[in-house]
Amino acid sequence: MNEFMAVLRRDIKLAAAQGGGLGMAIGFFLIVVSLIPFGVGPDLNLLARVAPGILWIALLLSVLLSLDRLFQADYEDGSLEHLVVGRAPLEFIIVAKVLAHWITTGVPLIMATPILGFFLNLEPDAFGILVLTMLIGTPALNFVGAAGAALTVGIRRGGLLLSLIVLPLYVPILVFGVSAVQSSMLGPDGSMQTMMILAAFTLASAALAPIAAAAALRANLR
Amino acid sequence: MFRYANPTRFMALTSVLLPWTIALTVVSFAAGLYGGLFTAPPDYQQGETVRIMFVHVPAAWMAMAAYSFMALASLVAIVWKHPLADVAAKSAAPIGACFTFLALVTGSLWGKPMWGAWWVWDARLTSMLILFFLYLGYIAIWQTIEEPIRAGRIAAILAMVGFINIPIIKFSVEWWNSLHQSASIIKVGGPSIHISILWPLLVMITAYTLLFAVLLMLSMRSEVLKRRIRSIRIAKVEGFG
Amino acid sequence: MKLSADKLCCARGGRPVVSELSFSLSSGDGMMLSGPNGSGKTTLLRAIAGFGEITGGELHLDSLKDTDELSQACLYIGHHNAIKPQLSVQENIDFWASFGGGDVAAALASFSLEPIKDVPASMLSAGQRRRVGLSRLALAKRPVWLLDEPATSLDKASTKTLSQLMQSYLDEGGILIAASHTDFDITLNKNLVLGDQGTAL
Repeated sequence: MNEFMAVLRRDIKLAAAQGGGLGMAIGFFLIVVSLIPFGVGPDLNLLARVAPGILWIALLLSVLLSLDRLFQADYEDGSLEHLVVGRAPLEFIIVAKVLAHWITTGVPLIMATPILGFFLNLEPDAFGILVLTMLIGTPALNFVGAAGAALTVGIRRGGLLLSLIVLPLYVPILVFGVSAVQSSMLGPDGSMQTMMILAAFTLASAALAPIAAAAALRANLR
Repeated sequence: MFRYANPTRFMALTSVLLPWTIALTVVSFAAGLYGGLFTAPPDYQQGETVRIMFVHVPAAWMAMAAYSFMALASLVAIVWKHPLADVAAKSAAPIGACFTFLALVTGSLWGKPMWGAWWVWDARLTSMLILFFLYLGYIAIWQTIEEPIRAGRIAAILAMVGFINIPIIKFSVEWWNSLHQSASIIKVGGPSIHISILWPLLVMITAYTLLFAVLLMLSMRSEVLKRRIRSIRIAKVEGFG
Repeated sequence: MKLSADKLCCARGGRPVVSELSFSLSSGDGMMLSGPNGSGKTTLLRAIAGFGEITGGELHLDSLKDTDELSQACLYIGHHNAIKPQLSVQENIDFWASFGGGDVAAALASFSLEPIKDVPASMLSAGQRRRVGLSRLALAKRPVWLLDEPATSLDKASTKTLSQLMQSYLDEGGILIAASHTDFDITLNKNLVLGDQGTAL
């Protein structure tokens, strides 16, 4: 537990320090969403209809791009070797790193979505449910992405490879995240079921992804 | 100009200038806001809502002026390598970004009663949004690159590239917007503005410009001090062996 | 404590690098690894530390054979210093202390880092970074030290400090394996010279 907190605290501190890239994921998120109207036109009704999907896809890409560095920095400066052979199980260390990453990029990204909702003319009623589904669903993005990041650590052009590996795995989360928002726009209680499924994805990925990630990191250090 | 490029002279000069500029800023804000909120007549179409203009238009104006200033300072930094030009460009960016943000927020607040939506992809607002992103990218460069000289050079190139791009972006956004011409877009002002609206607007623009000057001086001073601390630290670390 | 290798073979990237190496070290023994570039010094050290492919033979620390527990008994200092440039010297050492335990003050004192403890690591010179990396030797007590070119970019005084640290560690009964081209002020009682093919000469 000591080691868990130490890694969590250090990673949050590093993200907050200069060059941590805390703001950059949000900037990327904002720009991607703002580009959509240039592509499909500024028709507010159309934008409102596609808003949940666009916001989820942009969020997913922002999370993915920021995950690229999750283990890379530790790998390059040699910290990873020490983290791997520490007394705490590597799986715990990975959970701590993913949690720190979620706190420092996932949560700020989610907080930025209502602003983007205005840009896309999303109904204000849907904001609450949108933020809620994202809070439930993004940890799954982070955990699955962490497994991908562990697989690609130390590989040149790993960022592209990471997207190729992880994006297909994001499909279920995207499907249920968007459908939860859309069904809530149709009426109350419509989204409960999809949210439960989304929560199940998050819990399952939190349990399984660290094991895969730990195995991948060990393999990459050999 | 060369005389004031010396950081020590700059510190001395600004410590004299600052109190006066602050006083002028406060006075012009008081006059401009009074004129804008009380003496100017409500618009025959928009009613009292038009008063947002006195906060919005100067902010939008300053957003562009600050970027121009930043690009100019970057040019000076690259060509003449003034030690302070870098500092000026770096300090102007967050201030300009704040003015842009203010313009976006007030534009959005203005849009709600006018268009019935918080955000409409109107050409002016959209260009302003892209300008905001240009600022964010510029600030991100300074945040990411640790070493100030290298960061300064790269950021300066970006600022100038961005500056050349602004008219192109503005043109293409207007082109895009006219392709999808939506309902009624209310043009701010018009050919003839009544004098009772014009003078508070001009005073507000002056006040914003003065505010920019005050914030820029404060920010540049703290940046100069930060760099001194950094060099003292480096000297200390190197002296330590 | 006894660290022993019996016909140990290691590979790097699937290619055999170290073949049929046998040695035995007891408490207080220090072994100097030498040999030309590519002879497998780093590969051997990493294999003992738990980051290598052991393709044959056996490695024991007393009764420990399982690599995970064996590698936890080792303190491996490789080419990288495991320093975060955004954190200060003290914050870096603090992290390793809260991660693996140990006395931060002792670590700071070991390579006289006290005066620069608040400086961000990004400002340090290569030698200073190395000293921060090596200060971990004074942090946690581990039965085996594995040092890969520990004296890289160190000046004379710091090399001497390192030698003293190594000597007192051996006196306390530690086991040490070092790969280095630098001459230390102490002589290690064992020597292992690796040839081109990763075999002992």
